[in-house]
Amino acid sequence: MNRRKIRVLVAKPGLDGHDRGARVVARALRDAGMEVIYSGLHQTPEQVVETALQEDVEVVGLSILSGAHMTLVPKIKRLLVENSMNDVLLVVGGIIPEEDAAALIAGGFAGQVFTPGDSLEKICNYISSNFE
Amino acid sequence: MSYFKSNPDLEASLKEWQEKISAMAERPGPFTTLSGVPVKQIYTPLDLRELDYDADLGLPGSYPYTRGVQENMYRGRYWTMRQFSGFGDAIDSNRRYRYLLEQGQTGLSVAFDLPTIMGYDSDHERSLGEVGRCGVAIDSLQDMEILFNQIPLDQVTTSMTINGPAAILWCMYLANAQNQGVGLHQVGGTIQNDILKEYIAQKSWIFPPEPSIRLITDIFAFAADHVPKWNTISISGYHIREAGSTAAQELAFTLADGFAYVEAGLAAGLNVDTFAPRLSFFFNAHIDFFEEICKYRAARRIWARHLKERYGAKDPRSLKLRFHTQTAGCSLTAQEPENNIVRTTIEALSAVLGGTQSLHTNSMDEVLALPTEKAVTIALRTQQIIAYESGVANTIDPLAGSFYVETLTDRMEQEAEAYFAKIEQLGGVLKAIDCGFFQQEIADAAYLYQQAVDKRERLVVGVNSFNSEEKPQLELLKIDPAVESRQVERLKKLREKRDNNAVCSALAGLKVCAATNENLIPKILAAVKCYATEGEIVSALKEVFGEYREKPLF
Repeated sequence: MNRRKIRVLVAKPGLDGHDRGARVVARALRDAGMEVIYSGLHQTPEQVVETALQEDVEVVGLSILSGAHMTLVPKIKRLLVENSMNDVLLVVGGIIPEEDAAALIAGGFAGQVFTPGDSLEKICNYISSNFE
Repeated sequence: MSYFKSNPDLEASLKEWQEKISAMAERPGPFTTLSGVPVKQIYTPLDLRELDYDADLGLPGSYPYTRGVQENMYRGRYWTMRQFSGFGDAIDSNRRYRYLLEQGQTGLSVAFDLPTIMGYDSDHERSLGEVGRCGVAIDSLQDMEILFNQIPLDQVTTSMTINGPAAILWCMYLANAQNQGVGLHQVGGTIQNDILKEYIAQKSWIFPPEPSIRLITDIFAFAADHVPKWNTISISGYHIREAGSTAAQELAFTLADGFAYVEAGLAAGLNVDTFAPRLSFFFNAHIDFFEEICKYRAARRIWARHLKERYGAKDPRSLKLRFHTQTAGCSLTAQEPENNIVRTTIEALSAVLGGTQSLHTNSMDEVLALPTEKAVTIALRTQQIIAYESGVANTIDPLAGSFYVETLTDRMEQEAEAYFAKIEQLGGVLKAIDCGFFQQEIADAAYLYQQAVDKRERLVVGVNSFNSEEKPQLELLKIDPAVESRQVERLKKLREKRDNNAVCSALAGLKVCAATNENLIPKILAAVKCYATEGEIVSALKEVFGEYREKPLF
């Protein structure tokens, strides 16, 4: 197969500085053969979407551990749609209670939500399987 | 003098024993500490031939303090049971604090929400969705007054986890104490105020390093003159460990930060013995029981040796590494969360056997949300059971002399010294931060650990082994979404009713002072007293100091 590498933006929206998960996942995606851009910390939703546009990514992975996911994820999804990035796969990871995760998926805001204990392999496989 | 000399008989029999067991099958490993340090089948007096009891251990309360910083340790009184908490607005958190004090907690520890930590008011656009979420929202002195309503600040000591804007929140606390009629010489507590580990691991910074360090040394100087019982900094390894470091990295990076603060104080013209006695530390208690105990013992010895030999401290109080401990949040699992009570118990026990001065035990549900009252009560009860039932606090440093514990304590010290040499080679802590040294070391360790868990080289019960299909059925604490609008409304009213001319002139005075070398604390104190908000004070300082930006790497 000779398709280009999957391009992923790993982004940390919100104010918290817990970047262990984001950086571990970024590295795992890179080791799985994807092209990974890491946004760095404290990004506003506008900054995340701006980077996604500029970097022409197919996947945006948001890492949120502050509890602000129900505000931030829908807002980023809306901005992606407004910028004609409806096709971009949005995945979320962090401390997300189950009912919130279900609401984010059911509402069409996130393709998948990963929480503590999910393996790196599971995350990589989920993303790759969307591009087979 | 050494108590363990060479012993040919033991050497011979040990050799024979080793041959015997090398033929026996071993269960799967890894036979390493959590941090990857190899662990032998057995330790004997032969491992301690180099140990010099008087020089390396001594008695509690005497140099090099390996066995504890106080003479009588827990025979005098137990450690302070200090649960970190805060959520919603000041009214919600005040209610939780008074509940915890009624349950027998002996000190308070304030968790602030992210806007407060990052220096934004609750009505700032960047605060959207974050107000009161993972701590309490504090915008002004008014909120601080509500937070400590009916809590006498001359009787309770308070720890505040605040770094970038530490000076501002500290001034609010001091102003509130004065309003309660409590003198500054009477108030006791701790501000975290450790900006170096923010750049290294926790990543909640505001200003660039130079002005941040200046704020810290201003606090050292002001406290030395006016607030003698305050711990002006809590030099923290906790976040370094949570970010994924090994135990030795936590130890080494934290103490290296400590030395950097000492050097900053000296560079600011302070005498080491005027501020070093108020430096305190904060470590993680992870799940590898012995490794953690050795880390605390090594930390005390290293600190004492460096302060005495390198920095010429004369006051014994300058040599004593006093520390708070929190059990490891990152060791908790979302799966079968009740198991976290057991993990926390083991970790808390290591902190106690390592001689901690105060302790926070995590609640079982903290991997899922902020803790409920029930979960936090079990966590506090865990400490009370260790103290009042287990008997481990009856004798001081009971694991001293263990062949394994002393060997591992020495090894920890050696590993830390090797890191100090490396940091020195890079040009010191600030240069090492600048080139991403700490950040990369921690990221590497975190990735290695996660891979080991994914490959099942390291087992985590309920996560990659012994799983059950059952989903956790815990009742979780929910933050009322109305908190944000309530807090924004309170702030709006405050801005209307306060004396805005006084606020403007206080902020102008602050900016002028920030551009000089004068101590900033009196100006910040004046600004908070006329109800300038945290965000306003931070903005004023940002105009002079600028903001920090990190190079993102992974």
